[in-house]
Amino acid sequence: MNWLKNKDTLYGFLVILPSLVLLGIFVYGFIFQTFFTSLTDWGRDPAQALSANPQIRFIGFENYRELFTGFVDARFRQDLVNTFFFTVFFIMGCLGVGLGLAIVLDRSPKGEGFFRTIFLFPMSLSFIVTGTIWRWMLQPQGGVNQLPTLVGLPKGEFAWLTSRQQVWQVSWNDLPFITALVVSVVLVFIAIAAFRGGEQRRGFIASGSAALILLWAFTLGRTLQPLPYDEPHGFNLAFIGIILAAVWQMSGYTMALYLAGLRGIPEELREAARVDGASEWQLYQRIIFPLLAPITLSAMIILGHISLKIFDLIFAMAGADNAPTDVPALLMYLTTFRANQIAKGAAIGMILLLLVAAVIVPYLYSQLKSEVRR
Amino acid sequence: MRKFFLALVAAALGSLALAQSGKLEIFSWWAGDEGPALQALIDLYKKRYPNVEVINATVTGGSGVNARAVLKTRMLGGDPPDSFQVHAGQELIGTWVLADRMEDLTPLFNQEGWMNRFPKGLIDLLSYKGKIYSVPVNIHRSNVMWYNPAKLREWGVQPPKTWAEFLTTCQTLKGKGLEAPLALGENWTQQHLWESVALGVLGANDYTNLWNGKLRFNDPKVVAVWNTFGRVLDCANKDASGLSWQQAVDRVLEGQAAFNIMGDWAAGYMATTKQLKPGEGFGWAPAPGTAGVFMMLSDSFGLPKGVKNRANVLNWLRLVGSKEGQDAFNPLKGSIAARTDSDPSKYNAYLQSAMRDWKSNRIVGSLVHGAVAPESFMSQFGTVMEIYLSGRNAQAASNAAQAIATQVRLGQ
Repeated sequence: MNWLKNKDTLYGFLVILPSLVLLGIFVYGFIFQTFFTSLTDWGRDPAQALSANPQIRFIGFENYRELFTGFVDARFRQDLVNTFFFTVFFIMGCLGVGLGLAIVLDRSPKGEGFFRTIFLFPMSLSFIVTGTIWRWMLQPQGGVNQLPTLVGLPKGEFAWLTSRQQVWQVSWNDLPFITALVVSVVLVFIAIAAFRGGEQRRGFIASGSAALILLWAFTLGRTLQPLPYDEPHGFNLAFIGIILAAVWQMSGYTMALYLAGLRGIPEELREAARVDGASEWQLYQRIIFPLLAPITLSAMIILGHISLKIFDLIFAMAGADNAPTDVPALLMYLTTFRANQIAKGAAIGMILLLLVAAVIVPYLYSQLKSEVRR
Repeated sequence: MRKFFLALVAAALGSLALAQSGKLEIFSWWAGDEGPALQALIDLYKKRYPNVEVINATVTGGSGVNARAVLKTRMLGGDPPDSFQVHAGQELIGTWVLADRMEDLTPLFNQEGWMNRFPKGLIDLLSYKGKIYSVPVNIHRSNVMWYNPAKLREWGVQPPKTWAEFLTTCQTLKGKGLEAPLALGENWTQQHLWESVALGVLGANDYTNLWNGKLRFNDPKVVAVWNTFGRVLDCANKDASGLSWQQAVDRVLEGQAAFNIMGDWAAGYMATTKQLKPGEGFGWAPAPGTAGVFMMLSDSFGLPKGVKNRANVLNWLRLVGSKEGQDAFNPLKGSIAARTDSDPSKYNAYLQSAMRDWKSNRIVGSLVHGAVAPESFMSQFGTVMEIYLSGRNAQAASNAAQAIATQVRLGQ
């Protein structure tokens, strides 16, 4: 009890105690409750779904098994694929547009402050507002589709939010194999980086696990079939409209991040590079982009967790029932509150939490580690 | 002792006063266009019971999509509204009656003599194990086909009587340069079309058997429904998902399409918003193959267990089921009364024709609007539709529908 003698520590502890308790109950307590609910059959028996004192039985991971391999849950699997493509294109779009705008503004053009505000402005809107505006603009008969007529071209015919076209189709049964390939490729890259950096042990571990995973993929991985039939999933072209709106909203934010990063690079560094005879392109490639890497990482984390949780934007743009633009968060809402399948909804929620955690936790870990090092 | 008596008297007086005053919270999704109809009912209630404070709790969102989620959180949280709007039939039974959250209203029906006032087919749809749990206030018809009489004369076609005839008419119209003879709107209107196709192809008996489990969804008869549905979809506009049901109706009125299958709230839209005369500006017929059958949906009110103002709710239900209440509400809402003795002179030409059919036709319930299947089936039917639309595979859709029906214990 030595620490209690130090009054500052005691006061400090007392001050954060309320928020600790509240966090414990309202965040972690409910996460555990949701997890527990997802392991039950709450909602399977209609008589118990909404009764005052529902009788709930523990059924283990049955809900999860159904979501990934059940016959009627094809929609959930398509939603996962949708989220994957949405996340990739949303992050790429925001980073690309944001970096471009930041580089232009960094050169201090005339009216820089004015343009900065304009580019940053969409971020201050709520996703509901953005969604409503873009819903109008992307109507098949009007808005964006009418743009070509301004320059005399025929008007566009693309059904932005309701197209049923799907590209890059992959059977759900091939996913374990493909995932294994991707993971092993990443591990090989880690191994190469480790060997170059002289970390022999790390390199051996990474290359060893890559070899193991590859071995598994080519032997057992091909025989592991979640479904008894081929179920194609791919990128729904209807998502292009959603990605457009989301990038419009969030690229201003990435621009602000990059602009801060660019301003933080000392002028001496650039001048030194120029004195050494670096061209403008080499300056960016060798000096500026590497220095912006930490900002890219933070931006990716923030955008990544926004895109995994996205709900309101799509709800406002296409409605909850528009299957071509469905995502797990919307499906969770429909499953729980319309279909009364409360346990299955909780399972979808837990899968979403895991996905977001997979993005956030490594980031937090690396941040904390670097802080300790300092 | 004296104190005790005083307290008793005070309590007695208090409860007397409570019987006529207090509060009544009505939970519904009737905002916007439907608001005035609900207000007419509430005004009538206030006239009868001036001391009761009526709280009009509405949650916007067509067909109650948002209201139902709010209602569920309130019920689960132990704060039930005094009376709530719900689609009559399985939407109430499958969710709330099975969960033992509603009071049996059979005594009220007997007391008010309503057993003979409502058609038997309706009472059957409202009942669960011989007990009645809600009071229907209005009736809408789902299986109606709308058209523009002037345009049909111009094209020289008659409203088709069967789906086979519909497909022939569709080819004729396509030959005359009409790209999409059938106007269709967003997701739920596609399911709405499906139920009319199902009723037309299966007939009333098999359609009813679908919901009580006697006919399975993977039966060849139901696979045939999906095949017909696919051919009917080929007659429809390609941009359907982007249109609201009103925009789909507009296409018929403007002559871009010949037919639209929609519930009879479309008549309210065309008569009130578009100021068209029923029979001249727009015409109607039963959806192909469904003549003599009235596919109904109905809004109703029930009595949740454990409400604070039970006496006030019972008075509200008496009003909702009365001739006076229904004739005040329905002309404004654009629906017909659930009672068979309402006054036709208060309704327009379309509604009068619907009232005649309501009395004489065979009554079946709608799937999309909650009458024949519980919410758990209805909301997952969207997934079935998705499976069909993505691959146009009738057998796969039928299998998926049967899998969901088994999972949610449909008809058991």
